[in-house]
Amino acid sequence: MEKQIKKVDLIFGKVDYADILAKSLKRTRDEIILDVIDSGLRGRGGAGFPTGLKWKFAKNEEADQKYVICNADEGEPGTFKDREILTQVPEKVLAGMALCGYCIGASEGYIYLRGEYNFLLPSLYKQIDAFHKKLKELKFDFNIKICSGSGAYVCGEETALMESMEGRRGEPRNKPPFPTQQGYLGKPTSVNNVETLVFALMIGQEGPTKFKELGTFDSRGSKVFSVSGDTPTPGIYELELGMTLEQFVNEFGDGDTKAVQVGGASGFCVARKDFKSTLIGFEGIPTGGSMMLFNSSRSMFNILNDYLEFFEEESCGQCTPCRVGCQQLLKGIEAVKKGVKPPPYLEELQKLSDTMRIASKCGLGQSVPNPFNSIIKNFREEIIY
Amino acid sequence: MTRIEELVKEQAEKHGRKRTSLMPILQAVVSSEHYLSEEAMLAVAKELDLSTADVYGTASFYTFLDTVPRGKFIIRVCKTITCHMKGKDEVIRTIEDILKIKLGDTTTDGKFSLLQANCLGWCHKGPVMLINDEVYPEVSPEKVSEIINQYLKKG
Repeated sequence: MEKQIKKVDLIFGKVDYADILAKSLKRTRDEIILDVIDSGLRGRGGAGFPTGLKWKFAKNEEADQKYVICNADEGEPGTFKDREILTQVPEKVLAGMALCGYCIGASEGYIYLRGEYNFLLPSLYKQIDAFHKKLKELKFDFNIKICSGSGAYVCGEETALMESMEGRRGEPRNKPPFPTQQGYLGKPTSVNNVETLVFALMIGQEGPTKFKELGTFDSRGSKVFSVSGDTPTPGIYELELGMTLEQFVNEFGDGDTKAVQVGGASGFCVARKDFKSTLIGFEGIPTGGSMMLFNSSRSMFNILNDYLEFFEEESCGQCTPCRVGCQQLLKGIEAVKKGVKPPPYLEELQKLSDTMRIASKCGLGQSVPNPFNSIIKNFREEIIY
Repeated sequence: MTRIEELVKEQAEKHGRKRTSLMPILQAVVSSEHYLSEEAMLAVAKELDLSTADVYGTASFYTFLDTVPRGKFIIRVCKTITCHMKGKDEVIRTIEDILKIKLGDTTTDGKFSLLQANCLGWCHKGPVMLINDEVYPEVSPEKVSEIINQYLKKG
């Protein structure tokens, strides 16, 4: 019998966050960090770094000041879950930040909120005020502020985000040093995605076992998915990790799904023939939650063209492989479409995109080959004719 | 002191004169003046003791920190994939017709600017647009006419 996709409700359910924090503050920092490591929680923004390890690294640094940053610069096309989390359960996000602050030894936290979500500011400020009062009752010294973005996708990259917070162009830094060593204002900093912080809080409440029991070996727990495109039921769903794309399409497709873009514009495009063999998760195709479905009426040329326009505009321009690469890929597919360049030029372009993967400085340029190569491979005819 | 210089000074006093105050100050100027004029950037540089090139370099990096004059109401229609699939082009055409401007332009009375934006984070409710900070999901040509007409009636 086919396994059903399991819907989970860890993120959006209401909890007594003050109670979770009060209990956590009675435990040692190491105990909590070990729980988070044991749970197998990996960052939910897309990159998937083990959260507990990040906290441990930040905790082990000696510094007079450390910072917690909640990355709410949700800019990946097809992703909108963090906005929903911040709308429905902001108090859980704040509590997750405080928990992180306790574990790593930080007394200041920042939410970097993308400018497109400025409409959330009034309600968030109210929540933060109420939250600070609760923390006072708990006698825990932790202060949260908001930094607004101003419309730059690359600022979701954690070092670009910190550059932006420091009042500069959002250009990614060299790593190392990693943010846990030298982050915001040169101090050890833990940058975590909105959803990750809520999961960490829930692991604080439930213990690691319940979370660990969900999902697969490499992809523990559940994940909030943003479902859009050609689907009768677009929206936000928290699902257990480890399903195949076929199961996903059976649940959300419109019966005519020809491809799914897993992981947003910077993710992979999977064609129908591979739905069955593709696992959604770190052992298959990882995703920050974005799932865009395309049915057979869609032109994959237009879709790839949209992605490349997006990257060409959002590349920060700092490193040449990404800046020039995005421009040339975009020009290149247009030339092939118009017949100005012959079809084998696509292979030349793939070499360029492979170079971008190796030579680009940050995740933006490094991941452009994901959509490019997967769409060229699966839908070559649609790009040419 | 000009009005802009006063505004910048007031913001510098509110946010502080550190480098970390630069973004909030620039954002505040944009929200009041709809763009960063040369005068405003010079004033910010002076208040924060930065080079003007540095202020301009930072501002010009960010889409929402415009350095060319924009209207009182900045309309940003999302152009990324799913909004494209769900008909953002028709929405833009409708707005162009109502306001008698082209994409990228500002009305002569300085009231509206019509721009496209990259993914606004409402892919399940496309097409979506922002008017300043206000979000309008699931817009259609009919709905967008109503919305723009309401703004036309506003001062």
